[in-house]
Amino acid sequence: MTTTLAGPAPVVAPGRGADRRRSRARMRERTAQWLFLVPAIAYVLVFFGYPIVKNLVMGSQDYTVRTFVSGEAPWVGLDNYVEVVTSGLFRTTVLNTALFTIGSIVGQFVIGLLFALFFKRRFPLGNVLRSLLLLPWLLPMIAGTAVWKWILDQDGGVLNEALGTIGIAPVHWLTSPDVALVAVVLVNVWVGIPFNMTLLYSGLQNIPDELYEAGALDGATGAKAFWHITWPNLRPVVSVVLVLGVIYTLKVLDIILGLTGGGPANATQTLATDSYRRSFQEFSFGTGAAVSNILIVVSLLFAVVYLRVNKRAVDE
Amino acid sequence: MNQTTDARKLRYTIVGIVLLAVMLFPVYWMVNVSLQGGGTAANSSFFPTNVTFEGYQRAWEDQTGNLVTSMIVALGAVLVSLVIATPAAYALSRFRLRGMGIFLFVLLLAQMIPGIVIANSLYTLFNDLGLLNTYVGLILANATHGIPFAILIMSAFMRSIPPALTEAARVDGAGHFRAFWSIIVPVSKNSLITAGLFSFLFAWSDFMFGLTLTTGADIKPITLGIYDYLQGNVQSWGPVMASAVISSVPAIVLLVLAQRYIAAGALGGAVK
Repeated sequence: MTTTLAGPAPVVAPGRGADRRRSRARMRERTAQWLFLVPAIAYVLVFFGYPIVKNLVMGSQDYTVRTFVSGEAPWVGLDNYVEVVTSGLFRTTVLNTALFTIGSIVGQFVIGLLFALFFKRRFPLGNVLRSLLLLPWLLPMIAGTAVWKWILDQDGGVLNEALGTIGIAPVHWLTSPDVALVAVVLVNVWVGIPFNMTLLYSGLQNIPDELYEAGALDGATGAKAFWHITWPNLRPVVSVVLVLGVIYTLKVLDIILGLTGGGPANATQTLATDSYRRSFQEFSFGTGAAVSNILIVVSLLFAVVYLRVNKRAVDE
Repeated sequence: MNQTTDARKLRYTIVGIVLLAVMLFPVYWMVNVSLQGGGTAANSSFFPTNVTFEGYQRAWEDQTGNLVTSMIVALGAVLVSLVIATPAAYALSRFRLRGMGIFLFVLLLAQMIPGIVIANSLYTLFNDLGLLNTYVGLILANATHGIPFAILIMSAFMRSIPPALTEAARVDGAGHFRAFWSIIVPVSKNSLITAGLFSFLFAWSDFMFGLTLTTGADIKPITLGIYDYLQGNVQSWGPVMASAVISSVPAIVLLVLAQRYIAAGALGGAVK
């Protein structure tokens, strides 16, 4: 986090007064310009820079409830990481994080793309319907989570009742370790569809109609047109959508905590929820920080991919 | 010929309505259950045949304080975000200072940092500063949702303002701040509204900071009020769903009234 706060290097003072006045005027101008940025830079340093540094440091400290009283957080090197990685839970959380992310992304993207393709056709009410579809994404996530918890309830939930009418026995959506992860993926897909649809829709809008007209002359219609015209032209947007989706999914906390609390038997525990659990439920801030540092590394890897892909998308 | 295209378009509209109905079923269910009162029925009926507002009564009793908290925090976060982000967006769009490229890069990365990382460290910092369980603490933390987004979306807009507009004022002797305040801000009104609306929605929907930076019952956002219901066994879903409906009102109102700003923000956030 090195952001140059100081202005540019001072101009070498020339002997004459007029030059000095001019360079002083330029200094003043530069200072005035920097003043516009100072609040934002200060905020970013305190609320993004500091937390990252602090988190890295805490990851190597024995930082617990006692620390708040005594102020002492002994340095433990890599002990926290060793404890986290060798715990039986780690394999579960990594696997769950991967499955949760992949499942969510595939679901959101495929359905979002189908919706985007559908709404690209012009028809009455199309735009209104499309904008109303944004609702699941705009609602507070915990409100959506609350209603899903009731829909998925094993005894009185409407989903099991509906399945019951076609003869399917009640599924223990949120209380069986075998299906709980599927349930949280389902809800996260529901939340993510609008976002995917919106970005992909705007990507589709940017493909010139002439391409399709020319393609139609060559006999490229329907699925052929999709694979030869739509997909190649949509690729840059697709990459952006996928990478952003991964970054957002890695952070998800409210859906999982609200639906299952990471259970049953850690079946839905991810890196993000495990970091929360360690820090704020067991007050082991050191190991919590270690887990979230692992999460940062994973997110940053995807962030770098995103920035490169986005740059390419803009350049094209 | 025309009739067949009309028929096809009508079919699309019907399919579209069905898709919307499926996607918004949970929202319907939320409203439906919220109107079925505070009883402990084993399940909810498909339509609210006996509409009762008991659920809302209970929700109101439980959540009024939390709603006020959420409102204060969200409005505060909007204020802080705009005050910090607007001048920065102007500088990024107009000036050429060394290090600005790095700052832009940092902003993009900042949006991707998992909230739990920030919460982890802010908890210890706020504990030292006495900012846990305060409005100020929540407002400052919640501005992290809005500030990078607001800077990026507003500077993208301000780049499209012709430089001649401010140069004329500068020639007349106005300083940078005058030019910014009396020309750039009014001209950029729409992008300020978009940035403000999203800062509000981000802070209003916040769960992470409410969960980690408040510990008591005095200052608790509505999202945490709902989360409290969800922990343990829910005896009666009426009040829970009523609270969820109430917490969703700002999003619904904004979607209906501020459609074009929402659309602008949804796109601007990701593809710059």
